[in-house]
Amino acid sequence: MRLELGKITIRDVAFGPQTKVEAGTLYVNKDELVSLVKEDPNIKSLTVHLAKPGEEVRIIPVKDVIEPRCKVSGPGGIFPGFISKVETVGSGRTHVLSGAAVVTTGKIVGFQEGVIDMTGPGADYTPFSQTYNVVLDIQPVDGLAQHEHEKTVRLAGLKAAAYLGEAGKDVEPDSIETYELGSFIETAAKYPNLPKVVYIYMLQSQGLLHDTWVYGVDAKRILPSIIHPNELFDGAIVSGNCVSACDKNTTYHHLNSPVIKELYKHHGKDICFMGVVITNENVTLKDKERSSSYASKLAKMLGAEAAIVSEEGFGNPDADLIMNCNKLEGYGIKTVLITDEYAGRDGASQSLADVSTKADAVISAGNANEIIKLPPMKKVIGDLSVADIIAGGFDGSKAADGSLIVELQVITGATNELGYSNLRGIGY
Amino acid sequence: MAEKKFRVVHYINQFFAQIGGEEKAHIPPEAREGVVGPGLGLKAALGDEAEIVGTVICGDSYFGENMETASAQVVELIKKFQPDLVIAGPAFNAGRYGTACGAVCAAVQRELGIPAVTAMFTENPGADIYKKDVYIIPTGDSAASMRKVLPQLASFALKLARGEAIGSPSEEGYMARGIRKNIMADKPGAQRAMDMLLAKISGQPFTTELPMPAFDRVPPNPPVKDISKATIALVTSGGIVPKGNPDHIEASSASKFGKYSLAGLDDLTPDTHQTAHGGYDPTYANEDADRVLPLDVMRDLEREGKIGKVFDYHYATVGNGTSVANAAKFGAAIAKDLKEAGVDAVILTST
Repeated sequence: MRLELGKITIRDVAFGPQTKVEAGTLYVNKDELVSLVKEDPNIKSLTVHLAKPGEEVRIIPVKDVIEPRCKVSGPGGIFPGFISKVETVGSGRTHVLSGAAVVTTGKIVGFQEGVIDMTGPGADYTPFSQTYNVVLDIQPVDGLAQHEHEKTVRLAGLKAAAYLGEAGKDVEPDSIETYELGSFIETAAKYPNLPKVVYIYMLQSQGLLHDTWVYGVDAKRILPSIIHPNELFDGAIVSGNCVSACDKNTTYHHLNSPVIKELYKHHGKDICFMGVVITNENVTLKDKERSSSYASKLAKMLGAEAAIVSEEGFGNPDADLIMNCNKLEGYGIKTVLITDEYAGRDGASQSLADVSTKADAVISAGNANEIIKLPPMKKVIGDLSVADIIAGGFDGSKAADGSLIVELQVITGATNELGYSNLRGIGY
Repeated sequence: MAEKKFRVVHYINQFFAQIGGEEKAHIPPEAREGVVGPGLGLKAALGDEAEIVGTVICGDSYFGENMETASAQVVELIKKFQPDLVIAGPAFNAGRYGTACGAVCAAVQRELGIPAVTAMFTENPGADIYKKDVYIIPTGDSAASMRKVLPQLASFALKLARGEAIGSPSEEGYMARGIRKNIMADKPGAQRAMDMLLAKISGQPFTTELPMPAFDRVPPNPPVKDISKATIALVTSGGIVPKGNPDHIEASSASKFGKYSLAGLDDLTPDTHQTAHGGYDPTYANEDADRVLPLDVMRDLEREGKIGKVFDYHYATVGNGTSVANAAKFGAAIAKDLKEAGVDAVILTST
């Protein structure tokens, strides 16, 4: 399977009479976007804002971030199972509005969503302070049940990203990246002397606001499965979660999955990249045992000699992480884990809910309990009043002047466990 | 123009003050102007930037046998010198002395709000007790390493006095305190993972970014002898609280637990109870909180005489992202309360 990703660099965003990309600026026809997203009868009102790097803007609560993309050639369309039909994606050519993002906000679905500051100290912790954001502030109709509310906002974001992505269809990309990986047999035969590496990609699947979707299927209903890495670049995996937003993979993260890019970079040089195994993080012990056994078995069947495992979330999924580690190492597969830490506000507590002596190679994406003070911003998109109740906020988080004293936990992508960012924990 | 020198107080024991050995270990704290014993070498190492204005001396046995009083007395004597910084020791492998140095530094930081530092052998029991709270410079196991350690101790102390940022243990040479901090690495996590994997595959050395801690395993208690006579309490980390969450227990990373009356209640309903937990789908717990805190079936068992009594209160916190240290603290406080109330057994529910 071979996919060309044509990157169109976006350097500015503005409203205009026609949605288009011109000289690096994404112009958005607001009315057209609003009427498209408002087709969903569950939406009472919708306001579109623009938020640019460096502006004194806070977006709260953030549900998802999505990169606009469109399929230029090859089978299927972007976000299969939601926006496009369920057809296998990952080959042909896809255009990316690189540097642009759709951000969804509005009335809080649960009490569990994130913060993006476009400037100030908080901006250093989220990659989405560096993107040109088209922000959808979505208010649901009265009395909408939480599950329906979540779905409405999720689909609104995907729709908007696909709509904006279309604007890049006929634009000449600034650069083209090519990703190609053949069948297992071809791949193994091509590099017989390189160590075979498999990526175990853990997907959050604990329930409302903790779900992930694969080709439209709720990941808690899957058995661990093999996915071609290119499928992610076309949106085969979509985020339905934003609880403790620091270590939840937004759809943007899945579209730009950094370990996959690393494995591709080293493929044929010092490793042989055999593929990606997706697995879930369900809440019952039986499910955890089944999924970790199944995922490690698939890695073994792919001939893995080494593996990278990325967690999504913390606490309960730490058990899945450690089971995956123990079972992979049990097969003799050399394993590196990527996680984050909940070491307490003072950093003095134990970081994970489960541990193993086999987990001897761990990457830490940082301590999510660390406190940060976010100064007031001139403009707030969304609803600042939720700051006291979002995960990582606490009673009194919100000061009268609009500043927030919160844990890093609230910041979207701050301790991302796909290894997207540079933050790390260190022993002092 | 000469700048103002930092005022330093030095804490030492009776032995290093040349008062005497074991036979003088009972002497109470006393203060002297200027340097005493190893203070001379320390003064040289500190150079022009700081001055040892006073030395406080205490017998090791006295300190060990009267920790609280002795600490308070020592702090009081130190305070009179109006110091900017306190240095204790070095204590090398002297256990009581090391513990006193650690305790003095911790008390000074806490009571006087000024920095303090000590030095001792890594296996000194004082190191284990105080390295979390106090900067400790490692030394050899005897005073033979005095010459080597004094310059290190002095230069670290000056850094503290200047209020400079303190780097990692490996950069600065103090004992790791077991505290996790955040830094910005020069590469993103995915790239570091790849580097670590390549090293692990080829058998090259690598350093994990998160060493695994020793896990606290709790042996189960013996079974309850007669359950039909037992008072049983319900305790949950699933966040079941009275409607409105009166104590504002956090959705994640809880800083507290709540204690709530169950007296007169038979069943938890959406009107009386809810979950405060942000880490799971709250729909079902909010519909019927008995799903997480099973009061309804406990009342059935109580009526049927299968258990003695349901304890009149339940305890609730939120497990979601709550640090193990906080959780252990809540657990100890709840257990103490339950024991005092004569509760025989507890059902712990999570989510």
